[in-house]
Amino acid sequence: MRHLLSAADLTYSQAIKILDTAQEMARVSEGPVKKLPTLRGRTIVNLFFEDSTRTRISFEAAAKRLSADVINFSAKGSSTSKGESLKDTAQTLQAMGADAVILRHSASGAAQRLASSHWTTGSVINAGDGTHEHPTQALLDAFTIRQHLRVSTGDLRGLTIAIVGDILHSRVARSNVHLLSLLGAQVILVAPPTLLPLGVETWPVQISYDFDAVLPLVDAVMMLRVQQERMNDFFFPTAREYSHYYGLNADRLGLLKPNAIIMHPGPMNRGLEITAECADSARSVILEQVANGVSVRMAVLYLLLAGAPNEVGDQGL
Amino acid sequence: MSDYVIHGGVLADGRKADVFISEGRIAEIDIAISNPNAAKAIRVDASNCVVLPGFVDLHTHLREPGREDSETVASGSRAGAKGGFTAVSAMANTFPVADTAGVVEQVYALGQATGIVDVFPIGAVTQGLAGQALAELGAMADSKARVRVFSDDGNCVFDPIVMRRALEYVKKFDGVIAQHAQDPHLTKDAQMNEGIVSSRLGLKGWPSVAEESIIARDVLLADHVQSRVHICHVTTSGGVEIIRWAKARGIQVSAEVTPHHLLLTDELARSYDPIYKVNPPLRTEKDVMALREGLADGTIDIVATDHAPHSAESKECEWQAAAFGMLGLETALSIVASTMINTSMMSWSDLADRMSTAPARIGGYSDHGQSLRIGASAHVAIVNPTKSWKVDRDLVASRSRNTPYHGMELPASVIATFYKGIPTVLESQLVRSTNGI
Repeated sequence: MRHLLSAADLTYSQAIKILDTAQEMARVSEGPVKKLPTLRGRTIVNLFFEDSTRTRISFEAAAKRLSADVINFSAKGSSTSKGESLKDTAQTLQAMGADAVILRHSASGAAQRLASSHWTTGSVINAGDGTHEHPTQALLDAFTIRQHLRVSTGDLRGLTIAIVGDILHSRVARSNVHLLSLLGAQVILVAPPTLLPLGVETWPVQISYDFDAVLPLVDAVMMLRVQQERMNDFFFPTAREYSHYYGLNADRLGLLKPNAIIMHPGPMNRGLEITAECADSARSVILEQVANGVSVRMAVLYLLLAGAPNEVGDQGL
Repeated sequence: MSDYVIHGGVLADGRKADVFISEGRIAEIDIAISNPNAAKAIRVDASNCVVLPGFVDLHTHLREPGREDSETVASGSRAGAKGGFTAVSAMANTFPVADTAGVVEQVYALGQATGIVDVFPIGAVTQGLAGQALAELGAMADSKARVRVFSDDGNCVFDPIVMRRALEYVKKFDGVIAQHAQDPHLTKDAQMNEGIVSSRLGLKGWPSVAEESIIARDVLLADHVQSRVHICHVTTSGGVEIIRWAKARGIQVSAEVTPHHLLLTDELARSYDPIYKVNPPLRTEKDVMALREGLADGTIDIVATDHAPHSAESKECEWQAAAFGMLGLETALSIVASTMINTSMMSWSDLADRMSTAPARIGGYSDHGQSLRIGASAHVAIVNPTKSWKVDRDLVASRSRNTPYHGMELPASVIATFYKGIPTVLESQLVRSTNGI
């Protein structure tokens, strides 16, 4: 495997391997010297066509802990606007000798497009493409769930996980549906009908419009951010009504099983999809997700890039 | 002007006959030509071939004026000739828009100057394709271009009042409104067919109902004002059903399907390769089958290419940033042969109707689509049904390379094309000496 474009591309053993490697990486991060020499001399580019400080610094920290040289490239706009095209940017980075490109883009499929083009020969890692996928987010979510609800090994069989909110526009949801079901978890998508994609019944998930009915069943509840612009597009009547039916609040906290955890990929809209009480409660693992993000991204970079230069990939992934 | 004998071929109806072309007209059709002048004529071998009337495309984007980097009237004419066409219809979405007599006359004149197919300009329905105010339909109809087909293609004539008035107004000169059926509100920022694939890919969906609701409205409007409406590029099974219903009621509706919608499905979008990005979008297998059935039973009257050339840079990008459209003229015959003839859903005679007779009738192109009959202008396409060919985007006659069939082996080849009795294509190659080449 040369690229990480989609959680749907992962096999069961590849997914487990990434999670196990991330476990090793987490140990490094806990040690006094948080650095491995593995990717010394390799150049990794954070190519962000869309702002995401959290994801960028997470990848940057991961690459630096593996001793890679990191270049941050914020490309504003794309070929639709007056900005530089993806092709020209990629070719420029290729000419500068990038071994891997971590791509964040507002267009769905941008990472796959880059990987299947001849614009770059390096590995491509999808750091979020439009409303398609965000595979490293799903990996860090799976890692976090495994750490809390399992003995940090194996898969997620027997667990039930709810993903709540704007499924239609969520790349986090799409990647998690693939990965969590691949790892054996039962996924329940909870949303108003307007925020579920057409044909969702073909996904390996259960669907519910009723958050309260689902809460007692789950081992983890993953709240999705509700974008402000959805308010103007008739997906739900008002923010207040959305919160009333689909927001996680103190009352709903009481419906959860004792060990169930609360997750959110961030950034949160406190008071909309999640109240501060829930976000900051003892059940919340939101900050752990952030920490685990670095370990998981280290694992992905390691597995895709470690080895001799020009022999990218196939390091067990 | 040379005379020609097309020798050894089979006509659309299966009859074996030679065709004698003299002075640009079909002079004789017989198993053995008796006309003494035929002895001096140039013989064109049509063994193993079907001899058909020249194809007529009712939906072509020639991009001139304004986007000559992607196509010109001349290059599009060459692509048409290579595909067996003797007439194409230049869509109005040029820069400037073909919404005045001046622009349509210019396009018509460019076509005549190239002189290898007839180029019939389609006039815009509304000024600037903006959907607000009617363009000067009468002036375009009375111009040298004699426009009879009007379309805002690329945009839907969405305002029902504007559509109603346009339908009524063109009755004066037996015109027809060719509607691009797409509700703009239901398809805002839409990228591909809305369904299982779009949901997986995270590409904004383009629901079938956005097309079907406009078709339904417009057949009812056409009925109400007793005028003719033509539905451009139908893509959905529901759309076919509505048109079937309308025809059964006697409503004057005609419809077209593109070759690509007869073959390709939205599964291809999984590649995120914008070569498959087209408006209206590729739909599902179920829709493809319904379109084939509709074309076979005559619910859909014609095949139209929606030939849409685009420069390399407008396709070498992310799906969302890419332009909509694909080439069609040079591959149309092969795709229709593949999907309709080789599946035994249609005969060659049906194909001649859907690709020549019916489009010429809808467009009012009286010199075309007359089948092969004595006295008619010699617009002829010679097709070898058994000769397959491999599509190579670097060898297209079009100025653009955005064919979705690159590398595919397609059945049936256009061997020769005659326009007004002059060969524009021989041995599947454009004839260099022909005017404009």
